[in-house]
Amino acid sequence: MKLKQYISFVVISIVMHSCTTVKPYQKTRLNDSEMELSIRKIQKAEASFQSYREGAAGANGGKAGGGCGCN
Amino acid sequence: MRKICLVLVGIYINMLGAFAQAVDSLPYKNRKLKVEEINFVSSYYHQEGNNSAVTGGIGTEKLSDYSNTFDVKLVKYDKLNRKRNLDIYVGVDYYTSASSDKIDLQANSSASCEDLRVYPNVSWSIENEEKGTTVGTNISSSIESDYLSFGFSGNFSKKTADKNGEFGIKGQVYLDRVKLVLPIELRDGTRDFHDYDKTPRNTFGATLSYSQIINQRLQMMMMIDVAYQKGFLGLPFHRVYFMDSTLKAEMLPSTRFKLPVSLRANYFLGNKILLRSFYRFYKDDWGLKAHTMELEIPVKITPFFSFSPFYRFYTQQGIDYFSPYRSHALTDRFFSSNYDLSSFDSHFFGAGLKIDPPRGILGNKHWTMIELRYGHYKRSNTLSSDIVSMNLKFK
Repeated sequence: MKLKQYISFVVISIVMHSCTTVKPYQKTRLNDSEMELSIRKIQKAEASFQSYREGAAGANGGKAGGGCGCN
Repeated sequence: MRKICLVLVGIYINMLGAFAQAVDSLPYKNRKLKVEEINFVSSYYHQEGNNSAVTGGIGTEKLSDYSNTFDVKLVKYDKLNRKRNLDIYVGVDYYTSASSDKIDLQANSSASCEDLRVYPNVSWSIENEEKGTTVGTNISSSIESDYLSFGFSGNFSKKTADKNGEFGIKGQVYLDRVKLVLPIELRDGTRDFHDYDKTPRNTFGATLSYSQIINQRLQMMMMIDVAYQKGFLGLPFHRVYFMDSTLKAEMLPSTRFKLPVSLRANYFLGNKILLRSFYRFYKDDWGLKAHTMELEIPVKITPFFSFSPFYRFYTQQGIDYFSPYRSHALTDRFFSSNYDLSSFDSHFFGAGLKIDPPRGILGNKHWTMIELRYGHYKRSNTLSSDIVSMNLKFK
């Protein structure tokens, strides 16, 4: 296993192992609108121009291809 | 007889009572259809550069785009207390492009110097909050003068037993058609714009995602997209000049397999600062490999006013079929001088402002939020652009 893969595996394992059950009343900070795990509506035009001007797309809640004349 | 009747009436009343109790045990939810939120997003984008694919990798890339989207989210609870969401979205882009204008080599005179793109989208989902499941579907379309797209998708997600993790799966199909508008030098005869043939470009994709709350301040999400495209994947009006000055239209393989993988992590640092981070690795079978890293730091100046500087770094190793102006050999099977698919790095940075007072903007309780954002984009191969966006939210 390459060093980078090994480090990624160790970091992910440590993070996942440190998971704690968070009760609904403890989610005040997690429920903040800035904590959303997706691109926000105001960023969609940015994601759209990036999908035209760059070769990579997808895995960000948008499209990985198709739907427009982009790459 | 009277006793029997009284007993039957008693049993009936008891049964009614039992059912009434069962219904009352569910938490009360307003079952009327209501507008949850309305978002209006407007953006202005402008770019400058000197590597236009329309003119073979040289020439102006000047482009301006005015984008407006209108998004209405409706919500209704059914008798089983499931949440039904309906999202109706319409986007309209108007753009002017100096390079597209050169398809006909008569600047400021061709039909392609400006265009309109309309993209409606309707999503529907049903969410069972008790079971933690959501099932949804979506139909979309995109209409441009030389491009037509129809998209369909279905999705399912399920929360873990402690409701701190969620697994999602999504399948999507885009059935697109590209109008084969060739550069003027390569056209046969004098066909009208509307007479050009159309050819398919279809995309089949699947998305797997898993999000997890790590603790009271940190949550993460991992996403894997798989996309397979088949059909005409270049753009017919992109010129390619070969070493001996021969001119042809861009030619790329008719299939493409894409594999982007991302990790997003958001952390609430203290009480006023958040860290929003994103990393993506991308690889496809055209030889394109890319890394994207993004960090945004929203700072809550007050609970209802935040300032969010951000920085994004992107680097890509170009496709195997790219060469600059007059660098392709006539023996090349596939060829492109589109610098969007070349090797480069890019930096995107800027800041956003968000105001969402509890009594509404300017005292209007229905106008709940205004957000402004500006970003500057700089690519290592001469292209630079600016984008300014505004989001107004109403409830």
